[in-house]
Amino acid sequence: MAMISYIEAVTQALREEMLRDQRVFILGEDVGVRGGVFRATAGLYEEFGESRVIDAPLAESAIAGVAIGAAAYGMRPIAEMQFADFIMTAVNQIVNEAAKMRYRSNGDWNCPVVIRAPYGGGVHGALYHSQSIEAMFCNVPGLKVVAPSTPYDVKGLLRSAIHDNDPVLFLEHKRCYRLIKGEVPDTDYTVPIGKAEIKRDGSDLTVFAYGLMFHYVMQAAEKLALEGVQTQVVDVRTLYPLDRETIIAAAKSTGKVLIVHEDNKEGGLGSEISAVIAEECLFDLDAPIKRLCGPDVPAMPYSPPMEKFFMLGPDKIYLAMKELAEF
Amino acid sequence: MENKHRALGLSDQQVLDMYYYMLMARRVDERMWLLNRSGKIPFVISCQGQEAAQVGAAFAFDRTKDFICPYYRDMGVVAVFGMTARDFLLSAFAKAEDPNSGGRQMPSHFGGKKYRILTGSSPVTTQLPHAVGMALAGRMEGKDLVVYTSFGEGSSNQGDFHEGANFAGVHKLPVILFCQNNKYAISVPLSKQVACESIADRAIGYGFPGVRVNGNDPLEVYRVMKQAVDRARAGDGPTLIEAETYRLVPHSSDDDDRAYRSREEVEEAKNKDPIPLFANYLKAVGVLNEKKEREISEKVMDEVNEATIYAEKAPYPSPESTLLHVYEEKQK
Repeated sequence: MAMISYIEAVTQALREEMLRDQRVFILGEDVGVRGGVFRATAGLYEEFGESRVIDAPLAESAIAGVAIGAAAYGMRPIAEMQFADFIMTAVNQIVNEAAKMRYRSNGDWNCPVVIRAPYGGGVHGALYHSQSIEAMFCNVPGLKVVAPSTPYDVKGLLRSAIHDNDPVLFLEHKRCYRLIKGEVPDTDYTVPIGKAEIKRDGSDLTVFAYGLMFHYVMQAAEKLALEGVQTQVVDVRTLYPLDRETIIAAAKSTGKVLIVHEDNKEGGLGSEISAVIAEECLFDLDAPIKRLCGPDVPAMPYSPPMEKFFMLGPDKIYLAMKELAEF
Repeated sequence: MENKHRALGLSDQQVLDMYYYMLMARRVDERMWLLNRSGKIPFVISCQGQEAAQVGAAFAFDRTKDFICPYYRDMGVVAVFGMTARDFLLSAFAKAEDPNSGGRQMPSHFGGKKYRILTGSSPVTTQLPHAVGMALAGRMEGKDLVVYTSFGEGSSNQGDFHEGANFAGVHKLPVILFCQNNKYAISVPLSKQVACESIADRAIGYGFPGVRVNGNDPLEVYRVMKQAVDRARAGDGPTLIEAETYRLVPHSSDDDDRAYRSREEVEEAKNKDPIPLFANYLKAVGVLNEKKEREISEKVMDEVNEATIYAEKAPYPSPESTLLHVYEEKQK
């Protein structure tokens, strides 16, 4: 087992899949010679050459659309959106094309494309380098949306995404890239898409989170444990389609549910998770379902006190968890 | 009259086949309008007036190895690539056997792996980057395939046209961008769509040739398309071809073109209808005579009639099949 960073897990998965399968290739802005603005593709251009690590012209709809065409042909393209905030010009290609190819052709064609996008804030990225865009894509049947939290899951889920015969939007929290380190085995393991994971056992309350917020929830849970409150933490991991089974079982097991996400509250992923729980196990609950989310403002401001106000941290999460535990 | 087709390397049989495909597309299209007006099918969107451009273009490709990413008017192109009258009518009636989509999509949303036709959608020009991606994939695999994609002149304003053309130009990919300029994007005329002299001029910005051709002459279209396909196959990159055509009917069965163009203009265009013009050429060079013309016409009408009866009787998809093919079906 090696200890690697979140972004190293991305690079390792890309490299190993490119070695394994000639059909796997990368395209995006600055992914080649520069190795990506975050360095996620560092070394791959040198190892695999410019034909498999393609510095695309600066145009997101073409990056997605060309990847979709290549995927329909039978390749395994991995398209990088430099920042998730810039995915908007590619939405038509992702939502109307990739996600609907299998369905609209009655199963004749399919589109095994992976679209990687760094999302999330806390990096002084302001309105257009901090957005959480997942909710927009979590209402699109035909598309899968994955947002891992740990290096282990990054590597295992990215491998699964590349193997998947349907389009996968792979969201990488950019604050996690170098902040989060974890053990990753040397074996060819995968992590299944569509499965949430209970990453901390506890009997007093259940918290659902993903990405950076998962780590803050874990910190808050440790603090709360010192006071004798045991928190069950569920890493949602696949945001669409949701793992309803794990969500319902976890909610039932403690009867108290908090959902935490950095994305703004109204219409966010927490709305769907709480709706699933309300539909399936309302009478197993001992308290109203709570959500702790980013504020409903257009995006995260640049000025430090404003950014800090927007971002959730372990302290805010701890208070919300404590309040729910005491309900 | 000079024999143009032999000079292009096309046999007499090949030009008769061209005529057959043009006529078949026209007759299928006309049948779909009749069915629509008699309340039997909800929607039709036409190829009428553009058959020569389409069939001439399609003949320049290798149907055994090239791919096409067509647009919704391309009935002539997809017919050359293998779609039959029965396929078209099954789609018109939205029946389970429709090879494009199993009745899921509106008619003329062409697609079919066995015909090497990529599935398409309704938002215009999204297929252009797909064609570029298929061309890229083919080259990565060392194949010498060429990819056809088409669109209207209005669609050449879409970001995906410019983004895809630029990508293709930078990477010198074997893809042909075929603009069928029929003068109208629904109701909006060319003069309100673009300020440039011709759509073909747009190629200059992307570093590859742009060619304008008379879309009413299938042999002229074939000639310029063949050059472009040969160039692409030889590794010399993309070409934009603009065929000048005219849409002889309203945009779709839900449109009324009397609101935006005069009857005189449409009548004038009918004088240049490419199908009788091509028949005249074939007769003038001795390839077609009255008898042969009647035979082809009867063969086409038999196919259209048979297809109509078959498709009307064919079963609908089951209601529950609405839930299928969202994702890859899990192994049971």
